[in-house]
Amino acid sequence: MEQARPGGESAEELTDSGESVYSGLEDSGSGSSSAGEDSDSDSDAEDGPGGSSPPRTHAKGAPRKSKTLEDDSSLKDDEDLLAQNEYEEDSSDEEDIRNTVGNIPMEWYQDFPHIGYNLDGKKIYKPIRNKDELDMFLEKMENPEYWRTVQDKMTGADIKLTDEQVELVHRLQRGQFGDVHFNPYEPAVDFFTHEVMIHPVTNRPADKRSFIPSLIEKEKVSKLVHAIKMGWIKPRKPKDDTPTYYDLWAHEDPNSILGRHKMHVPAPKMKLPGHEESYNPPPEYLLSEEEKLAWEQQEPAERKLNFVPQQYRCLRAVPAYPRFIHERFERCLDLYLCPRQRKMRVNVDPEDLIPKLPKPQDLQPFPTTQALIYRGHSSLVRCLSVSPSGQWLVSGSDDGTVRFWEVCTARCMKTLPVGGVVKSIAWNPNPTVCLVAVGVEQSVLLVNPCLGDKLLYGATDQLLESYVAPEEERVQPVQWVTATAEQHGKGVRLLVQHSKAVKQVTWHGKGDYFASVVSDNSNMQVLIHQTSKRWSQNPFRKSKGLVQCVLFHPIRPYFFVATQRYVRVYNLLKQELTKKLMTNCKWVSSMAIHPGGDNIICGSYDSKLAWFDLDLSTRPYQLLRHHKKALRSVAFHKRYPLFASASDDGTVIVCHGMVYNDLLQNPLLVPVKVLKGHTPTLDLGVLAVLFHPTQPWVFSSGADGTVRLYT
Amino acid sequence: MGGLEKKKYERGSATNYITRNRARKKLQLSLPDFRRLCILKGIYPHEPKHKKKVNKGSTAPRTFYLLKDIKFLLHEPIVNKFREYKVFVRKLRKAYGKSEWSTVDRLKDNKPSYKLDHIVKERYPTFVDALRDLDDALSMCFLFSTFPRTGKCHVQTIQLCRRLAVEFMNYVIASRSLRKVFLSIKGIYYQAEVLGQPVTWITPYTFAHDHPTDVDYRVMATFTEFYTTLLGFVNFRLYQSLNLVYPPKIDSQTDAELKPAEGTEYAMDSESYLEKLSALSASLARVLAPAHEDEMEMDEFPVEGETAEQMDARKQEQEALEKHKKLFEGLRFFLNREVPREPLAFVIRCFGGQVSWDKSLCIGATYDVTDPSITHHIVDRPRVEPQVVGRYYLQPQWVFDSVNAKLCLPVADYFPGVLLPPHLSPFVTEQEGDYIPPEKLKLLAMQRGENPDDESEEEDEEEEEEEDDDKEEEEDESEKEEEMKLKKMEEQKTQSNKALPVKVTAGKVRLEDKQRLEQEQQSEEKRLAIMMMKKREKYLYKKIMFGKKRKVREANKLAAKRKAHDTAVKEEKKKSKKARRA
Repeated sequence: MEQARPGGESAEELTDSGESVYSGLEDSGSGSSSAGEDSDSDSDAEDGPGGSSPPRTHAKGAPRKSKTLEDDSSLKDDEDLLAQNEYEEDSSDEEDIRNTVGNIPMEWYQDFPHIGYNLDGKKIYKPIRNKDELDMFLEKMENPEYWRTVQDKMTGADIKLTDEQVELVHRLQRGQFGDVHFNPYEPAVDFFTHEVMIHPVTNRPADKRSFIPSLIEKEKVSKLVHAIKMGWIKPRKPKDDTPTYYDLWAHEDPNSILGRHKMHVPAPKMKLPGHEESYNPPPEYLLSEEEKLAWEQQEPAERKLNFVPQQYRCLRAVPAYPRFIHERFERCLDLYLCPRQRKMRVNVDPEDLIPKLPKPQDLQPFPTTQALIYRGHSSLVRCLSVSPSGQWLVSGSDDGTVRFWEVCTARCMKTLPVGGVVKSIAWNPNPTVCLVAVGVEQSVLLVNPCLGDKLLYGATDQLLESYVAPEEERVQPVQWVTATAEQHGKGVRLLVQHSKAVKQVTWHGKGDYFASVVSDNSNMQVLIHQTSKRWSQNPFRKSKGLVQCVLFHPIRPYFFVATQRYVRVYNLLKQELTKKLMTNCKWVSSMAIHPGGDNIICGSYDSKLAWFDLDLSTRPYQLLRHHKKALRSVAFHKRYPLFASASDDGTVIVCHGMVYNDLLQNPLLVPVKVLKGHTPTLDLGVLAVLFHPTQPWVFSSGADGTVRLYT
Repeated sequence: MGGLEKKKYERGSATNYITRNRARKKLQLSLPDFRRLCILKGIYPHEPKHKKKVNKGSTAPRTFYLLKDIKFLLHEPIVNKFREYKVFVRKLRKAYGKSEWSTVDRLKDNKPSYKLDHIVKERYPTFVDALRDLDDALSMCFLFSTFPRTGKCHVQTIQLCRRLAVEFMNYVIASRSLRKVFLSIKGIYYQAEVLGQPVTWITPYTFAHDHPTDVDYRVMATFTEFYTTLLGFVNFRLYQSLNLVYPPKIDSQTDAELKPAEGTEYAMDSESYLEKLSALSASLARVLAPAHEDEMEMDEFPVEGETAEQMDARKQEQEALEKHKKLFEGLRFFLNREVPREPLAFVIRCFGGQVSWDKSLCIGATYDVTDPSITHHIVDRPRVEPQVVGRYYLQPQWVFDSVNAKLCLPVADYFPGVLLPPHLSPFVTEQEGDYIPPEKLKLLAMQRGENPDDESEEEDEEEEEEEDDDKEEEEDESEKEEEMKLKKMEEQKTQSNKALPVKVTAGKVRLEDKQRLEQEQQSEEKRLAIMMMKKREKYLYKKIMFGKKRKVREANKLAAKRKAHDTAVKEEKKKSKKARRA
């Protein structure tokens, strides 16, 4: 390689020379080999190797030009002479030096057998080279002149450099002048001297502007002066030489504290690190594999820790924390971007929040345990009723039967198939009358159960039979039909046939009147019937919405009608609306009235129970959200201050609901017992709840087809 | 009726707030300038109580500033400086564009600059206010002082930050006010008590930062600009309070001592000055020569309503604090070259220890490795070959743990190559019901003066002796009883089987657990009472109970994890022991 380098350079030189020859450009530095050879052969031998001074190059270049142009006349003879000489000397080299391709990259001819064209337009063929690596190596080893052998790119021939040429190359490599005799450090001679001469250098007279003040400058100055006068240009400010830091709080004046400082909400400090941030935390703080996976899957904002706890053996092994700058930056953002707000932190003991209620033990008696289960119905039991004496219980079910039970023994005394879903059932509250109203499909059956005192139910039958039809037939919304003999044998005495399905029946306290609710959308929804006169009437002229249930006031002539969201209270004597209670519920399901008559509870399908104190307001006195699911039924106890609610979540909640005679004292409501027992089926739990008339017992019937007694 | 119609959103809270864009327009500032102003003046958005009212009925998310704050900004002289600076930049650019170099020079001479002194005073009217807000300032300065000198921010800022940080550290050393240190995976947390205020800051480990691209350094630089001003003033005041010279000077006596040690050709005095200071090994010069070192006995005035017990407790606390301050008094440390020099030197000096390091490591080394008076040699490599007799070779965690424990811990756990005990955070104070790691319990016992080591060792021995018994003991007593019963029953059964083919099972006596019944009743009462709670209270109650339950759950989880880990370790130990025996 080392030998190849100078060779390559000299090859460059060669091409340069070629260029200079043809383009007529003068290249003084290019001591080309051909020029060198020329000079060698030239008469001026003292010029040395490649030291081609400009005139000589010119002289050398000229002959070629003269050859082509033939119009140079000034030195024609001389050149001719030189040319002649040249031809004589260099005749052997002539054909391979002249390559007419010009200054082009010679790689273009790589794939051709020739390397260019000579002056006659003939191809110049490359010298046959079939040396392989081995030959090259052998030549390198054997040929002592190998290091000074270079390849001429233009012709492809090998050229051996002379000593002078090698010397020239070395000089150029060292950055010296090619000419040995050239002295680059000749003393400089100043053109002008620094000494003052007595005579001017030129004889030119002085300009006028050299002795007349400049107008432009004057203008500029006057502008500056004006600007200074106007205060536009200010003198340089003196450097402020107060110290950068001094005692800023030397005079702390409490009066100077701005009022807004009191309003200032200081930024919360950053959270101090816990054990898990340590470089060597206790092992329980390290995340397990699952925890790590969970951490990775969480959103960065949701993560509880913003890093994964890690353990390092020693302090030396702790790496840099890559998010350090991020965290500082986020803190900065928090400081200036985060809205701040004063928040009052609730600092209460949760035990204090629990209201202090009287203990349930102090509020006894109330039902606490499940005592009896009445089994027999094959489908869900929708309704319950108990006789005024408290000895008998009647239940109506979806299996199309009504069953009469003895309360104390849970024995089914009687089964009455009615051929339809029993929606509602109600025992006559009058103890002297033994009659049960059963709402089945489109009719209300009045049934004499024939249970208990024979005299009593005999008297009831007599009472019913003593009816004398009035002379003139009055138009009635329903039809009163006496039972057929077959039905009579079963106990059914009368049928009140409605036009639509009956939803509910309820007796008045005296036991003569009863009301029925029909699922209809018209004003015919509520009907009031009189048993003794077999006479029905429609109390309302206009429908106020879907009626859910109705209720008679136990003492006074009031009538309660519950629609979806309101409970309306009508005075039956005056025939007017006295009150409208807002239940705050979405859909009322059931309603019960306190035996005192001043308080009402409403259960609703949105699992709320509203207690109304009629004296207090038309809004609920309290809204109890004890149940998790829809309320189906609510009930008051006749004697004891108890009420119960039954819900679809399968529970019956018994509450103590004390109403005081003192009007100033509000009722006291305390839940005392949660009774469980019914298993919810078909998303239905307990469907009806009822208190025993004399004992603190509660009956409940559920979707599982059982009736239960809690005592 | 009469009167004008009342328009909505023209009174009340709607007029007290202003959105960010409107504020910007009112101040006639560009967004970056507005940001700068807010950062410097400490103006932050407020969250209105009724967002919809303020937002004119819309619920779109917007940031609101108090109108009063923005009006307050209107009078700020710095706003004018911002504008001046903008004009200056414009002029300079023009001059450069026209190649008017003289104009450029003139402009640069008159470059508008502003000072933040008045803002510091205004934001922190008293010195204590400034101390309370020092956390972020310190953390930021310590971070910036570790930045490389190229790019990201001005070199002057970095140098200033470094200077201020070093000054503060020197103050902490001089006042012995460091209280807690914590080596976390993020960096090193320090907590000092400066004039009664706890000041916490974090420093990164000394590694080159790879600068994140999603961080706006301009915001950080603006914060740093303010923080450096604040910290400078605070430092001045703190130095003054200790009668130290500010800017700090190394005590002439120690200075003279240092000189020959460090050699003659190190650097110019002005250059090496900060380095010497940051070596943290020399004490500082005082304005008044400390005439008597022993502090004056403070007269004690009993505070009204304070009982003698309380006073005693206070006195004890004071004594403990004094003792803590002199934790390393009289100890001579030597830091090997692989341990982080600055934090260790800082901590050791803060508690009165003497510290030195290899001379080639840093300027300011006071004694050599070979010094026989060295008591503790801090190393962080698995083994040290030529060990000198008469000194402890310890891992650096010993220093930090001792500081946090407020006593010199037994050295055995911290020898080089030993598996270190966990490093606990000193910032956690466990309340009742929280999980406390066993190491912490041990430490607390040690602080009370008990010696838990012996006990635990004994326990270990016992455990090894009768491991089987231990296991049984661990189980609940009730289970034991049940087992006993079962055994008895079985015995009875077998006996009866032997005696007669007819089976007579003894009637089970159903014991009514009165306590349990009572408990059940109570819990039922509670459930019923909870039913009667008002909706709002119930919500609150549920929330609180949820939080409590979660806490308990987490504590239980940690305890279970620890137990599992301990048993695993024990098993391994046993195995290895067996293997050794075999």
